[in-house]
Amino acid sequence: MNSLIIAGLLLVLLGLAYQSGWSRSRGLVTTNGVKVHSRPQYHGAFVSIWALVPALLIVGVWAWFGPGLTRSFIVSQIPTDTVLALDQVGLNATIARIMQLASSYGVAGEVLPFEQTAGDALRTFNFISFLAVICAAAVAGIAALLYARSQINARLRARNIVERVINLALLACSAVAILTTVGIVASLVTEAYKFFTFIPPQDFFFGTVWNPNNAATGGNYGSYGLLPLLSGTVMITGIAMLVAVPIGLMAAIYLSQYADRRLRAVAKPMIEILAGIPTIVFGFFALVTVGPFLRDAGRLVGLSINATSALTAGVVMGIMIIPFVSSLSDDILNQVPRTLRDGAYGLGATKSETIRNVLLPAALPGIVGAFLLAVSRAVGETMIVVLAAGNAPVLRGNPFEPVATITVSIVNQLTGDTDFTGPQSLVGFALGLTLFVITLCLNVFALFIVRRFREQYE
Amino acid sequence: MTDMLSTTRQTAIERTKLVRAGLRRRHLNEAIFRGLGLAAIVLALGFVAILFVDIGRKGIPAFTQSNLHLTVNFDPAILDIEPAPVRADGQSDADFRAANLVWQRKVALLNWNKVIEASLRAAAPAGLEIDTRDLLTIAETDSRHVVRTLFVENPDLLGKTAEVDLLASANATNWIKGNIDRSLGDAQQQLSAPARALIDTLVDNGTISTGFAWSIFTNVDSRAAPASAGLLGAFVGTLYMMIIVIFLAVPIGVASAIYLEEFAPKSKLTDFIEVNINNLAAVPSIVFGLLGAAVFINYMHLPISAPIVGGLVLTLMTLPTIIIATRGALLGVSPALRQAALGMGASKTQMVFHHVLPVTFPSILTATILGVAHALGETAPLLLIGMKAFVAQVPATPFDQATALPVQIYLWQGNENRNFFEPRTAAAIMVLLAVMIMLNGAAIYLRSRLEKRA
Amino acid sequence: MDMVAGKVKMTQQSVNSTMNPTDMLERAIRLTARDVTVHYGTKQALHGISIDIPDRAVTSFIGPSGCGKSTFLRCINRMNDTIEGAKVGGTIKLDGEDIYDPSLDVVELRARIGMVFQKPNPFPKSIYENVAYGPKIHGLARSKTDMDEIVVSSLRKAGLFEEVKDRLQEPGTGLSGGQQQRLCIARAIAVGPEVILMDEPCSALDPIATAIIEELIDELRENYTIVIVTHSMQQAARVSQKTAFFHLGNLIEEGVTEDIFTNPVHKQTQDYIMGRIG
Repeated sequence: MNSLIIAGLLLVLLGLAYQSGWSRSRGLVTTNGVKVHSRPQYHGAFVSIWALVPALLIVGVWAWFGPGLTRSFIVSQIPTDTVLALDQVGLNATIARIMQLASSYGVAGEVLPFEQTAGDALRTFNFISFLAVICAAAVAGIAALLYARSQINARLRARNIVERVINLALLACSAVAILTTVGIVASLVTEAYKFFTFIPPQDFFFGTVWNPNNAATGGNYGSYGLLPLLSGTVMITGIAMLVAVPIGLMAAIYLSQYADRRLRAVAKPMIEILAGIPTIVFGFFALVTVGPFLRDAGRLVGLSINATSALTAGVVMGIMIIPFVSSLSDDILNQVPRTLRDGAYGLGATKSETIRNVLLPAALPGIVGAFLLAVSRAVGETMIVVLAAGNAPVLRGNPFEPVATITVSIVNQLTGDTDFTGPQSLVGFALGLTLFVITLCLNVFALFIVRRFREQYE
Repeated sequence: MTDMLSTTRQTAIERTKLVRAGLRRRHLNEAIFRGLGLAAIVLALGFVAILFVDIGRKGIPAFTQSNLHLTVNFDPAILDIEPAPVRADGQSDADFRAANLVWQRKVALLNWNKVIEASLRAAAPAGLEIDTRDLLTIAETDSRHVVRTLFVENPDLLGKTAEVDLLASANATNWIKGNIDRSLGDAQQQLSAPARALIDTLVDNGTISTGFAWSIFTNVDSRAAPASAGLLGAFVGTLYMMIIVIFLAVPIGVASAIYLEEFAPKSKLTDFIEVNINNLAAVPSIVFGLLGAAVFINYMHLPISAPIVGGLVLTLMTLPTIIIATRGALLGVSPALRQAALGMGASKTQMVFHHVLPVTFPSILTATILGVAHALGETAPLLLIGMKAFVAQVPATPFDQATALPVQIYLWQGNENRNFFEPRTAAAIMVLLAVMIMLNGAAIYLRSRLEKRA
Repeated sequence: MDMVAGKVKMTQQSVNSTMNPTDMLERAIRLTARDVTVHYGTKQALHGISIDIPDRAVTSFIGPSGCGKSTFLRCINRMNDTIEGAKVGGTIKLDGEDIYDPSLDVVELRARIGMVFQKPNPFPKSIYENVAYGPKIHGLARSKTDMDEIVVSSLRKAGLFEEVKDRLQEPGTGLSGGQQQRLCIARAIAVGPEVILMDEPCSALDPIATAIIEELIDELRENYTIVIVTHSMQQAARVSQKTAFFHLGNLIEEGVTEDIFTNPVHKQTQDYIMGRIG
């Protein structure tokens, strides 16, 4: 409620400031007849910015420090021996009750006398502080408004000032992207570092057993070896690539070299549909349809395939990645200059010979880049693996058995209680850091290759 | 000279022979290669088709629910309770609420199961011998809540009867729909034989009928009463998150792109930023979940599993996509337009905001819709910020505990009652896919409409 | 007019010393085209072209840009087939066979009619592989030594062998522009065509490289029928024995090169040669 009032008053201040600046500026034009540098709306904006900033600052300061100050005030109203008698939880409860008393809501049950007096005192405190903030913000805002208004004359480069402020705002927005990366790296590194104080890095990076002891609070935390997870990731990614690359590449070749316009117009969007399907849908599909199908098919040929296995997850992940490979390859193939193809046709090569002998070798770096990007996508995929790969973090090479990947283990370790004190949860960050580094390297390398390839043909 | 002529003629004939000899094999290879390409397309499209058909087949049966039409008698003999409290003069809000809660708790302690049981027996054929416990397995466990809530809202129902529609239990629904194999023996069935027989009778005499499963859309998730589990909470949670994403990611993303493309001096720093953004776009979504857990929950102490946190995480995920798309759109604006604006004396800022930006509007809109659609389907990052917990109410504000559509799907698919929840999960997936198709379709439609106008 | 004609006469005499107009008319005809039209979608690019291409001589197509000469050239080896939406009408016959006959294999046709393009387009392979590509796919070499021979002789005929004989395994793209174009000519020759089509082969090259290639063309015409599209009248005058002038998709005039440049019949031809149009 209070926040709404403050927001409303700020808007009023904004409107007042803008209006006064605007009218003052208009006044300039009519009385002097002198050429004014900036249009009225810029003067209006100029005054608004000047007025709003101090007011916002004051409100902001109160928002930041206010709760702490209020709390200290409440505690000061409670008799000291009571404060000492209560533990943290009890103190919080008492403070909550007093706050409820201060509001007109009231408290159920018996009210202790000190609570009542504290509540009354708090009500006064809240009221006075609220008024003080509003007054201070209003005074600051209006003072700034008057000052800014006095600055308005024909020569004021209001537009430039306003535009510079806009520029700053844009810059600040751009900083968000950097901050995100910084945030990712910082949080991953700090939490992973905390993890490595429990488990030595070499045990993590070279360990072959993954068996976290999720119940432990001290002492034996369990084994946190990365290698079983890494092997699961590699296996599933490998199977996914075996599915996605041939189908995706051949589909791209057919669509760009053989298909007529109508087929292209129909088939391309339909393949893109695959790209838009959420991964959880693929995971469900893998779990309830593909898994049992593979198990039954395996039985027919005498293979023992588990319904949730690396094969199931890998196949479905491959299906998911097909549009990715296909559209990237299509872009790459179109970058190869037509004249190379013409050269081959002119010699009497068939289309497939041209594609195989000239087009693909010429496009090869780009295709390798696309391949790496697809691998990066597969490595980072979570939901399909969570649902369909089983959960067996064991270092073995059988794709027909359940496996666990890095991503699955992050989910498993971090969806218990989110207290980030024990290695059981902190390992999630170590895993996340590993994943981030792997995909970063793949991406950077891939983009580098693709850029070199593009420059070749520019 | 003439000699060369005849030799060239000769070699020409030889050459033609050699060429002709290889032609059949080469054309065969061509046909095979072309066939492989076509097969790849067919396979890819086939996968799309199989996926949709499979989900459709599994999900469509879940869109019907089995309803129990019962006449409920609010028998005072069972419901032994005083009338609801009335507010006395001078009583504080808190005290009155406390009194009300006391009364409601007493109401809750009444044996509503007996009321349900009586209604079921009334609907069953006369003289049927059936165990109470078996009988109660037919109606969903939330039936007593439904009837009780009805009573709390209308305390004067005491002693009267009312027609109430209740949900048949999940196991009953499985039996009615054939989700569970009818030929299985008693040991493998979820319901006892008498219960199953009674269900069939009730279906025959119209007490149980099937209707559209509105419960999927109007109810929140439920563990205790699976038949009533619905997507409402998930819808609202997803909606909050989408609103947050749109209101945060679009302005910040567009502003960043404008700054980087139009105002930032070309330097190593801007190159680095560009590389950085391209990489962010390719970072796995689960890493964003880790960021959310570490910074928003652990460091900033925002509430766990709240849409605000989910929205912030998804915003950060969608930001690079919008930045890249906007930059692409800005690059596509013809230099002629920019020169024209600058030539008229517009400042750079004015040129950008008044002339360039409006032209890029269709692309930005399309990219936003597609970005939001993509974020809508993300599950992993939401799991990491605590949305794995079961949430049984609609979030009132973005700061309350909530769940999201994809997470709800994930939770349902893990439910032990596979026979009931597998179709329901498929139905929820169909709802999610429908939303995504609508969004993608809207994007395509809007783009073509706006581009035509421009 | 006289200056141009004089220059033409001089160059004709120095290069075509074994040729005179009567010779030209007596030469056998390799290619005949009758009423050839080309449509790109609804737009018509060529209107009824009819011309005879003499055997083992250089015929040049001249005209302002966009007049359809390259389009017509591409009809001769059916390269327009690779352009979506292109429709070709009329007949073109090679040694009396209709090349658009459905029973005729395009692949085989293109082994008999080779093409060199405007911008040199060597494959991203070694020099050897570039030249060997055509013979390889057509199965013309029965052994490695056969192939070596074909490669070497093609490079020799293209006048490139001496310059690259020590670096046959190096990539073809590493050569200079003029060398690359000669590599492309060698590549075309290696298949053993009877006709070589050249689409503005020198327009991307410097004058020295151009001169080398023009000399090469003159050597090649002893064994191959050559059709060259050029935007340089001087080049046409230097290099060809028969010239055809195209304008806006029509064949305006064709005949012995000397006659075209000294005594054009149509006003449009005259205007083009005088530099008034194009």
